[in-house]
Amino acid sequence: MSEQTINLTLEVWRQNGPGDGGRFETYEAKDISVDASFLEMLDLVNERLIEEDKTPVTFESDCREGICGTCSLMINGQAHGPNKGQATCQLHMRTFSDGDHITVEPWRAASFPVIKDLAVSRAAFDKIQQAGGYITVSTGSAPDANLIPVPKEAADMAMDAAACIGCGACVAACPNSAAQLFTSAKIQQFNLLPQGQAERWKRTEAMVDTMEEYFGTCTNHGECYEACPKEISLDFIAFLNRDYVKAKIKNRKLAGQKS
Amino acid sequence: MTATMDTPNKATSSALNSKVPEGDIATMWENHKFSMKLVNPNNKRKFTIIVVGTGLAGSSAAATLGELGYNVKAFTFHDSPRRAHSIAAQGGINAAKNYQNDGDSVHRLFYDTVKGGDYRSREANVHRLAEVSVNIIDQCAAQGVPFARDYGGLLDNRSFGGAQVSRTFYARGQTGQQLLLGAYSALNRQIQLGNVEMHNRKEMLDLVKKDGETCGIVVRDLLTGEVESHSAHAVVLATGGYGNVYYLSTNAMMCNVTAAWRAHRRGAFFANPCYTQIHPTCIPASEDHQSKLTLMSESLRNDGRIWVPTEFDDDRQAGDIPEGERDYYLERKYPAFGNLVPRDVASRNAKTVVDEGRGVGPLKNGVYLDFADAIARDGRATIEAKYGNLFDMYANITGEDPYKTPMRIYPATHYTMGGLWVDYHLMTTVPGTYAIGEANFSDHGANRLGASALMQGLADGYFVLPYTIGDYLADKLGDDVVSTDDPVFKTAEAEIADQTKMWLSLNGTKSPEHYHRELGKVVVDRIGMARDKVGLEKAIDEITSIEEEFKANVRVKGDATSMNTELEKVFRVADFFELAKVKARDALVREESCGGHFRVESQTEEGEALRDDENFSHVAAWEWHDADTVQTRHEEQLEFNNVKLSQRSYK
Repeated sequence: MSEQTINLTLEVWRQNGPGDGGRFETYEAKDISVDASFLEMLDLVNERLIEEDKTPVTFESDCREGICGTCSLMINGQAHGPNKGQATCQLHMRTFSDGDHITVEPWRAASFPVIKDLAVSRAAFDKIQQAGGYITVSTGSAPDANLIPVPKEAADMAMDAAACIGCGACVAACPNSAAQLFTSAKIQQFNLLPQGQAERWKRTEAMVDTMEEYFGTCTNHGECYEACPKEISLDFIAFLNRDYVKAKIKNRKLAGQKS
Repeated sequence: MTATMDTPNKATSSALNSKVPEGDIATMWENHKFSMKLVNPNNKRKFTIIVVGTGLAGSSAAATLGELGYNVKAFTFHDSPRRAHSIAAQGGINAAKNYQNDGDSVHRLFYDTVKGGDYRSREANVHRLAEVSVNIIDQCAAQGVPFARDYGGLLDNRSFGGAQVSRTFYARGQTGQQLLLGAYSALNRQIQLGNVEMHNRKEMLDLVKKDGETCGIVVRDLLTGEVESHSAHAVVLATGGYGNVYYLSTNAMMCNVTAAWRAHRRGAFFANPCYTQIHPTCIPASEDHQSKLTLMSESLRNDGRIWVPTEFDDDRQAGDIPEGERDYYLERKYPAFGNLVPRDVASRNAKTVVDEGRGVGPLKNGVYLDFADAIARDGRATIEAKYGNLFDMYANITGEDPYKTPMRIYPATHYTMGGLWVDYHLMTTVPGTYAIGEANFSDHGANRLGASALMQGLADGYFVLPYTIGDYLADKLGDDVVSTDDPVFKTAEAEIADQTKMWLSLNGTKSPEHYHRELGKVVVDRIGMARDKVGLEKAIDEITSIEEEFKANVRVKGDATSMNTELEKVFRVADFFELAKVKARDALVREESCGGHFRVESQTEEGEALRDDENFSHVAAWEWHDADTVQTRHEEQLEFNNVKLSQRSYK
């Protein structure tokens, strides 16, 4: 809560659309309050660009409280910046020092193509979820909520997985652009619960196979966990691998059997 | 049955027919479901329904309509349906399950909600909401929403402001996120099955009618800038509230009134725009370029104690102020409810003590929310389990540790109870256009109780609209949708193309953001927590003059054929200006205080909101004419046959 301000030099990736080659441009960000968030700093840079009749930098954000998963940004090469367990919108300028040079880039991953400047498409995530990220229960057909007790440990662990905000930092941080952490969290949220058992093996195979259409292969670097703003545990990837192997057996069809 | 409602010369405007069925409120919805027309399962596929918005209300509605067999086209301006701002709701969702055996019931939830809304909501809608609340929890648990549970595996509850029973279900401090992911999963299933056609990154900019009935919408593709039309038999607006008219609010950056406002301009009446909820537990503002305010869940009031120093301009640290020099003003004034008084009461009291000069923090713009007693009583581990993520969020934003020093909080705009006027079927005054969730006005009256927004969004989407929409569609069997080549669509598209060209060619000097901030300052000052006649009249003048400057001097950079967030913003800010004016007018005409609408001229000797049931026990619904004419105000008289009107007291 101080009145302190700092001056920064930003190297920002500008790319005027998917077909453009892109380049870094340098902007001076002067008199930035240390209480401002990183995105509020960018807001200010943009407002000054507009006053100078220049085109502002396109970046995406929405809730600005770390829950919607819209914001992204590689900050000095790190997804969501230097602090652990934070999305970019939760990063505050008190993390930086006067005179710092900061490089700002979009998520780096071929499966997240750049739309413009710092904005990318994460549509592949929706495809994975559509492949099986649900429990089949049409509205109105549910039994009383307390009919099926869920052990507290299972509910808590499912919640740990469900905390994923779908921001894509895991993919951006991964040298292989793998989406194992995201996919495992989305699968295990359901696979851990009694309600999710009926479709467990079908779900696992469908979501993993869809993931592999878009993303690279996991080689256990663990960068995803380091970058994850919700600190989703790597254990979910282990659970996923176990379930995927089992699913390949459980889902096996008899010769000539259809679907 | 109630004395206040028999004033003979007050009548509901003939333009407003609430379609509330006759009969006993306890069986009304059940009976009405039987009497509504049905669409046979094989005929449902012959109807196309557009759902705009994919928050709790929109996702649940689109998924359910898809399950029923309708052709659904769903639209969101986000990159994915899962980003809608419902995701940020923290605290919980109410339901009259009575799992805690503490005397809850559908009737009690209904009663609490009508009372909490300061008797300005429609009884029939609220009762239905309380009835279906129990189904919502069943549905969400079956979807795999990881609600908090006890050691036996059964669902846990917490209590929330404005209630004396424990009926709030929660998933840590991320209940909205989990419920939205549940609805999104149901929506994904329908997308995969081909029942819902999902349109991401498209923003609705117009509602289109033909021969007085809804026939579709016009959207702008936010990636290509293309303006395109989509036709349907009915349109459902689930586009949220207008809280960002204040500029600083707890809403997300992109939350806006545009879809609802464009529908208003096409004939949908806008109800009670002066009703805004100012949430008591937000982190106080810290500097000029702040882009939004962050909410701390109201559930914190279960264990935190709110206080300020008894002395004015006390510069001591919280820990240095002895117990005897602290004023736990809510516990002192409201012994029965204490820190759990409804939001409007908590907010107004915070404003009072800060205005008196007893505010805390560097800018003296907050009050303390202190967990020291709770930590001493229950242990740090228990408090951390309940509120850990909220404490972390607070520490990150302020740089202070709330386990050691009390949090500082101050009220901020959070939710809007007003919205598009709808009847019992949730249909607006435009036939075939529906509004659900926060976008409509119907259930919360002048103040919304905590954990009721999630309940209403999902009630409308899962359990109300899917029934009521069939009653309208049944008569349309055999009617084709209007072709998007029809002149009604072409004219609307051309208007948007013209507006786009106009904004891009203005080439003024200030950004849309600048004018939004200027507008927000007036709205906060004049139409905020306390309103008076002089201030509201000034507000209208000030808004008008900033709007004129905005229209002459805004600078929109970029082009109309690629992603352009400045262009997106200018459309939204323009609509906020128009909304702000009718909001001020609505507050001006309503010369009573009720819930979140506090007219300084109308208060009790103790400074509480003083209603005027004789003259204002009605919904105000505004009818648009054109940009140069003031809207016409219509009234829907409210009838209270099941809840006794009384001065709210939480003492």
